Amino acid sequence: MLSRTADSLYWVSRYVERAEYLARILDATTRLTNLPTTYGGAGTEWQSAVSTAGCEETFAQAYGEANERNVCDFLTFNPDNASSIRNCLALARSNARAVRTALTSEMWDALNTAWLELQRFEKTRMDREEFARFLDWVKNVSLVFDGSAYRTMLRDDSYWFSRLGVYLERADNTARILDVKYHVLLPADEQVGGSLDYFQWTTVLREVSALTAYHWVYREAVKPILVADLLILNRRMPRSLAACYENISRFLDLLGDAYGRQGPSQRQARKTLAGLSNTKIDDIFVHGLHEFIEDFITENNRLGNTIFEQYLQ
Amino acid sequence: MVAFDEMTGSGAELRSAYTALDRWLKETPAETLALRRSQAELFFRRIGITFAVYGDEESTERLIPFDIIPRVLTKPEWEKLEKGLRQRVTALNMFLADVYGPKECLKAGIIPPDLVYRNACYQLEMVDFKVPHGIYCHIAGIDVVRVDPDTFYVLEDNARTPSGVSYMLENREVMLRLFPELFAMHRVAPVDNYPDQLLATLRSVAPRSAPSDPNICLLTPGQYNSAFYEHSFLADKLGIELVEGSDLLVKDDVVYMRTTQGPKRVDVIYRRINDDFLDPLVFRGDSILGVPGIVGAYKAGNVTLCNAIGTGVADDKAVYSYMPEIVKFYTGEEPILKNVPTWRCREPEANAYVLDNLEKLVVKEVNGSGGYGMLVGPHANKAQIEAFRRKLKASPEGFIAQPTLALSTCPTFVASGVAPRHVDLRPYVLSGANGISCVPGGLTRVALKEGSLVVNSSQGGGTKDTWVLDA
Amino acid sequence: MRIRISHAISYEYAEPARHITQILRLTPRDHDGQHVMSWRIEPSVDGRLRASQDAHGNIVHSFYDEGPISSLSIRIDGLVETLDLAGVVRGSERVPCEVYRRDTLLTGQDDALRSFAEEAATGAGTQLSQMHALMAAVSDRMDCVEASGRRGVGAAAAFAAQKAIAQDIAHVFMACARHLGLPARYVSGYVAEAAGLPHANGAHAWAEVHVDDYGWIGFDCANGLCPIDTHVRVAVGLDYADAAPVRGSRQGGEGESLNVIVSARESEGRFANQ
Repeated sequence: MLSRTADSLYWVSRYVERAEYLARILDATTRLTNLPTTYGGAGTEWQSAVSTAGCEETFAQAYGEANERNVCDFLTFNPDNASSIRNCLALARSNARAVRTALTSEMWDALNTAWLELQRFEKTRMDREEFARFLDWVKNVSLVFDGSAYRTMLRDDSYWFSRLGVYLERADNTARILDVKYHVLLPADEQVGGSLDYFQWTTVLREVSALTAYHWVYREAVKPILVADLLILNRRMPRSLAACYENISRFLDLLGDAYGRQGPSQRQARKTLAGLSNTKIDDIFVHGLHEFIEDFITENNRLGNTIFEQYLQ
Repeated sequence: MVAFDEMTGSGAELRSAYTALDRWLKETPAETLALRRSQAELFFRRIGITFAVYGDEESTERLIPFDIIPRVLTKPEWEKLEKGLRQRVTALNMFLADVYGPKECLKAGIIPPDLVYRNACYQLEMVDFKVPHGIYCHIAGIDVVRVDPDTFYVLEDNARTPSGVSYMLENREVMLRLFPELFAMHRVAPVDNYPDQLLATLRSVAPRSAPSDPNICLLTPGQYNSAFYEHSFLADKLGIELVEGSDLLVKDDVVYMRTTQGPKRVDVIYRRINDDFLDPLVFRGDSILGVPGIVGAYKAGNVTLCNAIGTGVADDKAVYSYMPEIVKFYTGEEPILKNVPTWRCREPEANAYVLDNLEKLVVKEVNGSGGYGMLVGPHANKAQIEAFRRKLKASPEGFIAQPTLALSTCPTFVASGVAPRHVDLRPYVLSGANGISCVPGGLTRVALKEGSLVVNSSQGGGTKDTWVLDA
Repeated sequence: MRIRISHAISYEYAEPARHITQILRLTPRDHDGQHVMSWRIEPSVDGRLRASQDAHGNIVHSFYDEGPISSLSIRIDGLVETLDLAGVVRGSERVPCEVYRRDTLLTGQDDALRSFAEEAATGAGTQLSQMHALMAAVSDRMDCVEASGRRGVGAAAAFAAQKAIAQDIAHVFMACARHLGLPARYVSGYVAEAAGLPHANGAHAWAEVHVDDYGWIGFDCANGLCPIDTHVRVAVGLDYADAAPVRGSRQGGEGESLNVIVSARESEGRFANQ
């Protein structure tokens, strides 16, 4: 298949995944800031949302203060923010349109309809209730698109490239949440203690829709080390780094088999997966959670480049 | 000026092709027609002609209006037209081979040499180059209009990258879905084998060195081009890759496409990019749509471009006026399809006549396109006519003039009900190593405004399905 | 005159360049009054250098390199023997001269240019004297500046600015000649250092016009004369873009810096038999 087609399929998935992630951050942040201040954080939740979305610099240039209005505007409809929800969906559709015939009509419909509806949302002035509906809608777009891909695509290289996009983006997103919130998970912060941090932890879990999963997996009260374990090492948790790499490695192997050739992408993904499998959460805390996450983000980006060089250019 | 109506002739009769349709129109209430029309529109939006215009916020998604009443041609009418089209396209290809080769037509004085040599579409790169299998214009769209039961005129030859064939195919598709009962009453010749014929044509002209299953692709300027829908539609129907310039790569005069499994050699390119933008190393250096080195690969005989480079010299307005002589010169036959009578203002006598009759004529700039630099005498005011008179006197060689033609009309479903509207027709003619083919019919364009002769979609034109009856 | 030419073009790329293709029109042909005694053209890359001819009969070399490379250079060394034929060019012509009456993007005219051309030619009888008058007028109006790093802007803009690089002065002259109904073409080449030539010892550009009774005659408005034995013709075309010494494309290679060293000097030893 054309490299550009593979590249577009990969990016369609990444952008849809990213849009959903932004919606989750906004949803969780809104919840956190709605708590009475005695339960809330340091009042930096909105700044932290911008950091988690990974666009501090562009935000600082466009706005001064990180408050609810500015951040929501910036992350949803701002046309100048390359990674606003609006632009993610626009880019997903534009990539899809360029390779229209490589998508199933269900996938195209999901994106095209989303684009048309987005313009309707963009025109309405939203109160909090309407905004919450909008965020739900974004998550739903991602579900419909993902489901369409799962149910309608042929299981060949086009499917595998689109899946790679999903999991690379997801791994990046999960890692970014950890990167911004790592300090609330560290034992040192526990002494601040009490309900205050509890809500920070549950916010982290909400951002990756893992609050319920946490209770099923660990059957105990929310503890930072277990939150980290769930998001990093637990393969049963679909947004954990380990689960993402299990998938990345699998889809890269399928590509390698189909093309009769393995390459640097396969080797690199396997190495990262092996690393995640052979690590205990205690070791990560001993060696430094922050360093671990930073290394992971770098490695994940590097894998994106390797895949690009091997297949997409 | 009373136009010929394809259903009722001069108004009193009922022409044989339309008997069943006439009955059906009488029996079908207007509400039903309106309902079907909105269903058709919905269908077009869904299948995606809706995304023909994209990007700019203010432009809503545009649909070219579709008229649900088909235009009907009888088999003998079509057969005569097709014969004329074959003859014309044969002559176009022979003309191109000649002007880029021995130049017999210039030596014989059939056409003034400067019309060729000074024409920017006459590509010097192509001089003395032997195109694969001797074919230049693989895909032609010939615009014809009808003025009476027996006469078709060619209005324009499109020998570069004619578009619109996707509408021909989609119009038929929607008609089959919405009006099965009408098809049961008629035996309509199918058009849906066009993609197969196009693919066969493209395969037939692969370089002789290419494998028996040549790798063919369609080269598009990209999704912001207004015809992108058609490009993606055709690539899909043909089962070939839709590539952009950046997907192709030329190494040592061989063209490759970049794939996830490495470079893959390309043998035939159906290109929908104009000559000027095709290769920044040879044509416009600022083109980012093209493929650097593709002309070199073409000239080395390693890839076939369809259409060939430089076909524009054959469909130029000034050259057009010589087509009857060109057809006769190369085929030795009388032209079956007429040209619209054309005064070449470069000839002093003709120019004198034109200057005396500006208010009756259509005057066109030879190098103009899209209606730019055109005077429609009957619709122009005094000042416009005088302005044109000055231009014509200053540089007569830049203009041609034609009478305003009474294009035929066809019954069309408009706001006031079923009424006659003017139409033209663009049939598509394919030329390959195995000969010429032409699916019966083509794209009918209709001027939806009462009395209007302008069928362009940008000016209120729509399209119709075109039926050729098989019996 | 025996002229030794050495020309080095080198590119440096801050970011490595890949898939480099270049088309070179850097090799002169023989014709009356010009004999190429030796000519070497060497790109610094390993790829095959393929030779062909373009529509005008120019010798074209092209090469491709996969990269990545961070620098690229092309070296030319040659020796050419020339005669002074007062600008008259005779050789085999590939293209009917009518072709050179076409206007191109770089030689398009505006009203100012048209009236300038008509005024310059007024009073001159023959085509030849018209062109001499035109050359004088163009030389008089246009100030020729060194090319170093500047890009051409085309005839109309250059005319308005009254100051231009040699290639645009040639465009101005061609645009006028074409407006007056004569075929005109662009010439790229070298001019050897000589007394009284302000723009010499290097790469240069001028124009040729097809004049009744004579054929093609060169006009070098920048130097204000018809080419003499100091001029080495390399390539002709409808305009600069058509005859450009180098046309290339590449991927990546951001931050390109170009360095050109060129010299054209009279060599030791006269042509013995003349």
